[in-house]
Amino acid sequence: MKQTTVEKTNVRDRIRKIEGRFEVLRTILAIAISLIIILALVFFVSDEPLNVVYNLFVGPLTSVRRFGSVIEIMIPLMFTGLAIAITFSANRFNLISESSFHFGAITAAYIGIFSPFSAPLTILLILLSSILIGGLLGYVPALLEEKFNASVLVNSLMLNYVISHFANYILNNVIRDRSSSAIQSLPLPEGVNLGELVSRTRIHWGLIIALVIVFLAYIVIDKTRWGYSLKAVGRNEKFARYAGINVGMVTILAQVVGSSIAGLGGAVEMLGIYDHYLWTSSPGYGFDGVIIAALARNKPKYIPLAAFFLAYIRAGADVMNRSTDVPAEIVSVIQAIIIVLIASQAFLSKWKQKQIIKVSQEADMKGAA
Amino acid sequence: MANEYILEMKDITKVYPNGVIANKDVDLSLKYNEIHAILGENGAGKSTLMKILFGSEQATEGKIYLQGEEVVFNDSLHAIQNGIGMVHQHFMLDPELTVTENIILGMEPKKGLSLDYKKARQLVADAAKKYNFNVRPGQKVSDLSVGQKQKVEILKALTRGAKILILDEPTAVLTPQETEELFIQLKQLRDDGHTIVFISHKLNEVKEICTRGTVLRSGVGMGSYDLSNVTIEELSRLMVGRDVVREVEKTKAEPQEVALKVNHLTVLDDELNVAVNDVSFNVRKGQIIGVAGVEGNGQRELIDSITGLDETYEGTIYLNGTELMRKNGTKQRRDLSMKHIPEDRNTLGVMPDASITENLIALNYDKDSFNKGMLMDSSVIQNFSDSLIDKYQVKTDSSDTAVRMLSGGNVQKVVAAREMEGEVELLVADQPTRGIDIGAASFIHDQLIGMRKDGAAIILVSADINEVLAVSDSIVVFYEGEITAYFDDASTCDEEILGRYMLGLEQMSKEEMMEVNH
Amino acid sequence: MDVLNLLTDSNFWFGVLRSTTPVLFAALASLMSSISGITNMALEGAMLFAALFAVIGSALTGNIWIGLLFAVIVSVVVTLALGFFKMRLKADEIMVAIAINLLATGGTVFILYLITGNKSTSSSLPSGVFPALNIPLIENIPFIGNVVSGHNILVYVAFLSVIVVYYLLYRTALGLRIRSIGGNEEAAESVGVSVEKTRYTALLISGILTGLSGAYLSMGYLSIFTAGMTAGRGYIALAASFVGGTNPFGTMLASGLFGLFDQLGNQLQSISNTPQEFIFMIPYLATVIMYTVFAYRRSTRQQRANKKLMKQREAEAQ
Repeated sequence: MKQTTVEKTNVRDRIRKIEGRFEVLRTILAIAISLIIILALVFFVSDEPLNVVYNLFVGPLTSVRRFGSVIEIMIPLMFTGLAIAITFSANRFNLISESSFHFGAITAAYIGIFSPFSAPLTILLILLSSILIGGLLGYVPALLEEKFNASVLVNSLMLNYVISHFANYILNNVIRDRSSSAIQSLPLPEGVNLGELVSRTRIHWGLIIALVIVFLAYIVIDKTRWGYSLKAVGRNEKFARYAGINVGMVTILAQVVGSSIAGLGGAVEMLGIYDHYLWTSSPGYGFDGVIIAALARNKPKYIPLAAFFLAYIRAGADVMNRSTDVPAEIVSVIQAIIIVLIASQAFLSKWKQKQIIKVSQEADMKGAA
Repeated sequence: MANEYILEMKDITKVYPNGVIANKDVDLSLKYNEIHAILGENGAGKSTLMKILFGSEQATEGKIYLQGEEVVFNDSLHAIQNGIGMVHQHFMLDPELTVTENIILGMEPKKGLSLDYKKARQLVADAAKKYNFNVRPGQKVSDLSVGQKQKVEILKALTRGAKILILDEPTAVLTPQETEELFIQLKQLRDDGHTIVFISHKLNEVKEICTRGTVLRSGVGMGSYDLSNVTIEELSRLMVGRDVVREVEKTKAEPQEVALKVNHLTVLDDELNVAVNDVSFNVRKGQIIGVAGVEGNGQRELIDSITGLDETYEGTIYLNGTELMRKNGTKQRRDLSMKHIPEDRNTLGVMPDASITENLIALNYDKDSFNKGMLMDSSVIQNFSDSLIDKYQVKTDSSDTAVRMLSGGNVQKVVAAREMEGEVELLVADQPTRGIDIGAASFIHDQLIGMRKDGAAIILVSADINEVLAVSDSIVVFYEGEITAYFDDASTCDEEILGRYMLGLEQMSKEEMMEVNH
Repeated sequence: MDVLNLLTDSNFWFGVLRSTTPVLFAALASLMSSISGITNMALEGAMLFAALFAVIGSALTGNIWIGLLFAVIVSVVVTLALGFFKMRLKADEIMVAIAINLLATGGTVFILYLITGNKSTSSSLPSGVFPALNIPLIENIPFIGNVVSGHNILVYVAFLSVIVVYYLLYRTALGLRIRSIGGNEEAAESVGVSVEKTRYTALLISGILTGLSGAYLSMGYLSIFTAGMTAGRGYIALAASFVGGTNPFGTMLASGLFGLFDQLGNQLQSISNTPQEFIFMIPYLATVIMYTVFAYRRSTRQQRANKKLMKQREAEAQ
């Protein structure tokens, strides 16, 4: 009797290991497949394919400045990646983070330009306001769903356009630098920036802010009761409601917190990188967040790694765009393939099933013998 | 010599993707023109075997012979073309379509590019007449009763030329009278040259209508028998491996003050039909009230309202004097120590992908005793989980195992452990022992009695009349959304009496039922 | 000129039909897929690809109809891909749609740049426009003639598609099958209706309609392709088809309302001094409001029925 229990334990253990390995393998294979397709595409469209490949994959390593730009691109991606990961953890496709990031940046520009306070106080005010405004933006479509049962997906997509136009209104009518021929805002005052973290690069203190937020999110989600209720809602919403968890509050809170992190990200990006505000349309970091969240399986601890990967490819694409005949938009192919393959539950599942069936049958035969 | 069997299944083995072995080397042989029973407890692998026969699941190993020739059914269309029809336990009907549309789906008569609706309706009307089934072709399926839906299902199989008809637990949802009617029709079909496979775990029924039967236990075939040669006791021993004893030891109830008060409750179902119609009753502390009724007579909506899952009911519900809210009702009810063992354990009762521990702490995770400051206290949680696994005999190697890896019975134990532990003011137990082995079922029954003794109020809803009769102190009968009978003392009632009320053949007067609001 | 004048101006109503067309095509596309049980949010991306390929096909061959064919083919491929990932690889359809839409945003620019060396418009490509059609007799009716006649041919195709989709869904065997797999997949499968095949067929039709929508944008509504020119029309169409329910005529009404607001915005630009950014918001805000009101009414159906029942009972008691 004891024998069979041990045997069973073994089987369960092995099945669990197969499932663990399976997730890692899926991610690696998704990335590999997307890169192979890119290679094929490059050889098809380019006159100098080897040069393109070199620039795309090795380009970011060729100088400190270029590698610095990988980290620099990684910062906003961590914010929106985390924002989307938290929102999606509650099973809500709220894509307002796209606008929250956009609006966080313009909030930073607005307050930065008009603040009567000293630079450090202004920065603090900016960071807090961007969090607040981001949260507010996330609240609107979340509330429409909770109160009126209107899909947050549809409404957040619509509101993204509304907010993008509103941001343009502020740029054109409130903070526009009329003395410049370019469409840009008045400059941020001296000292209203996050400061350089690594010399000879544009890496700024936003990196530290991002990492701290990621760490906090990890603790809250994995170690606290709030995280438990969030995960319960994400895993089985009906169960969560049945067990007395206030599903409405948890999902709204998740969307508000996610969106406020995106808002903060926008402000950090503005303060870290730019002297003027100059976006005339939403920069797309919210949708990038979907890629990061998919790669990280919505787990905060994997967000930095996922953001680094995408940032590296983006930086490589930038180098490639400048020095070859292939435009940077080729990256969208990589992104799409990665999202789709990771979202595909059945991708590699045949392999997994075969392994599990093999293990179960082996054990069964042993049990019979 | 011609083969005496119309169909044979040999050495069928089925391993599901999650590693569960549902069938192992099972044999099944069907003779021409017989009603053949497939017997076994819930989870014995009956449904899997039939799905393999019907082509909706594929066997991992094994062969199927139809009239002596090997066949492979890759999908159910294939099986249908070979004269096999199946009436599933959960009806394979689209409620949004009409009877006609459901029946002709997949074999639509055409006129040019269009579907010939006139011909289709005629086809259905003719078939209904031929088999003496009373259904209206133009009616929307969502408006039919359960018994009528089943008829549509049978008709659907017959119009497709089914020679072998598989019925998966057809009587589970029927009243005794409807069951009788079904049996007459099945015998008629057998005499007309059909072979019928009758899946059930109700041995009386099987003895009544079937000539031969095949027994399954834990996925393994226990042999086929001529039913006139075996007794019910022998069959049940084959099914469960030991004698079935179904006695619940209990003392007399000592009801105290009213715990749950339901006042003029009205609930509409999804189709806006009245599912519960102006119902009032009380449950006292230290009392188990059994709710008897054929499935689909409003029990589900009643439970959803009491437990707060439904937010649209009219009327008032009080627990220990506090009025229960509709909005975010489950939270308030949980805070008032209302517990609920749901019928649908996999979609409602657990988070399948989470560990046993995570499932067990769902009602306690936010209590201060489970937390140390901001963080959850993992050692308290571990101890809690280990003690429940031990007490409720959940068979697992580790409390970290995901619940989806457990067998159905063990999942139910996890749910029961969570809901029966700690302080309980009211427990709503909906089919609490469905699909679990007899040992575990009697453990749960003992727990229920024990909780009653400690002063909990309990509502027991079960499709198993015997369970209701054995465990309950008092019984209410639900028929078409209304309480039609109340038995203050369950022991004054028996299966036959309950059956008559469940069918609506009899109804107590208001005066007779005064006691319900005691 | 004020709003009242606008509403009596036949040019305004002509414009409403123009604005309705791309949304109507796409909303019908969404209806086709959602009734088969799959949410097609990828129509935003498919539409964008179609708009680009219409221009490319037309410019390469000098034939607008081959341009149309290009648009339909690319849109069908994209839409079927959504089905493939959903059905074969068990992917979440929303995630796949997000991927497709991201791919479309970047991919169309990528292709446009490779062909023209320009990342924002196809102005260097000599593409055509579909012909306008004057309807005999009707064109002579005052006011109505000005509104209804003289449109781009695809405008008429869009409104005809409403009838075609209705016939297909409610009068043919294929339509019954498509509805049945959306209602109870298992039931359909159990009588041998291949869920996969039927859903691909529904998506094929959905893809064709999306392709027409895209082609109309770049070769009817405008005469060039510009980056991101769909501007969320696919999402608006998604909302419109939700509002319209399962009936294509409902879809048409809902799309028409969005067309009305879009045109109102267009016209207000010239007659009011409201900042243009606010005017640009109108169709999107209108979508949010109409969609939310509709969703709310649907979700409170039960409560309203409850109230009605209670009132009835009270009346009977008296």
